[in-house]
Amino acid sequence: MNEWVFIAVGLMLLVAALLALYRIIRGPSILDRMIASDMLLTTIICALGAEMVYNGHTRSLPAMLVLATTAFLGSVVVARYVSRRTKS
Amino acid sequence: MTLDTILDVLTGAFLLLGGFLSAAAGVGLLRFPDAIARLHATTKPQILGLTFVLLAIALQNHQLSTILLLLFLLVFQMITAPVSAHMIARAGYRGGIIAPNSLLVDELERAIDAAPEFDNADGAEADDISWAETTAQPTSVPNANEPLDAEDERQQNASN
Repeated sequence: MNEWVFIAVGLMLLVAALLALYRIIRGPSILDRMIASDMLLTTIICALGAEMVYNGHTRSLPAMLVLATTAFLGSVVVARYVSRRTKS
Repeated sequence: MTLDTILDVLTGAFLLLGGFLSAAAGVGLLRFPDAIARLHATTKPQILGLTFVLLAIALQNHQLSTILLLLFLLVFQMITAPVSAHMIARAGYRGGIIAPNSLLVDELERAIDAAPEFDNADGAEADDISWAETTAQPTSVPNANEPLDAEDERQQNASN
C-alpha cells in the first residue's frame, strides 16, 4: 500500500495527541484534563490500530481492549471523585 | 488481485478518515471555550474514528476470530463512551465547573428544582419560555435518577 497514506495518518494522530497533551497541561479544570486524557487514550488506540494495519499483524488487539477499559474506568472514577469532593 | 487493490484503497480511506476525525477533535479540544464544548468535540472520534480504524483492521485481516474481537471492542466502546461522557458532564454541572451563564438552555436546573415535590411547580415560569411545551415532561426526569441523587439535590438546594 502507499506509504504516504500511513505518513498522513501518523501525522494527523500526532497532531491530535499533541493538542490533547497541550490541553492536559493547560486545562483550567480537572474535567478538561480528564476529557483530554480520554482523547489521548483514544488517539493511542487509533495509532495501535494503524500500526497493526501497516505491519499486518493482530497482536495489539488485547492492548487496545485494555486501553479502552482504562479510559472508561479512569474517567468514571475521576468524575465520581470530583462530585464527591465538591459535595463536602 | 483487483480485490486486494480495492481492499487496500478502502483500508487507506478508512484510516485517513479515522485520523482526520482524531485531528479535528484535537483542534476542537484546543479551540473550544468550555468543558462541555470540548466534551462535544472529543466524543466524536471515540466512536466514529475508532469504528473507521477497526474497519480498516477488519479489511486487512479477515479471520473470524479477529473480526469477533474487533466487534467486541466496538460494542464495548459504544457502551462505555456515553457513560463516561455523561459522568464527566454531570460532575461538571454538579461541581459548578461549568459556568451557568455559558448555557443557553438549562433544562436540568428546572428538573432539579422540581424534584422534591414531584409536581409541576415550575409551570408558572415555564409560561414565558416558548419552547417549554415541546420539551419532555419535567416530572419524568427526577423519577429516573431519584434514588441516586436525592442527597445531591438536597445539597444543591441548600447551596442555593
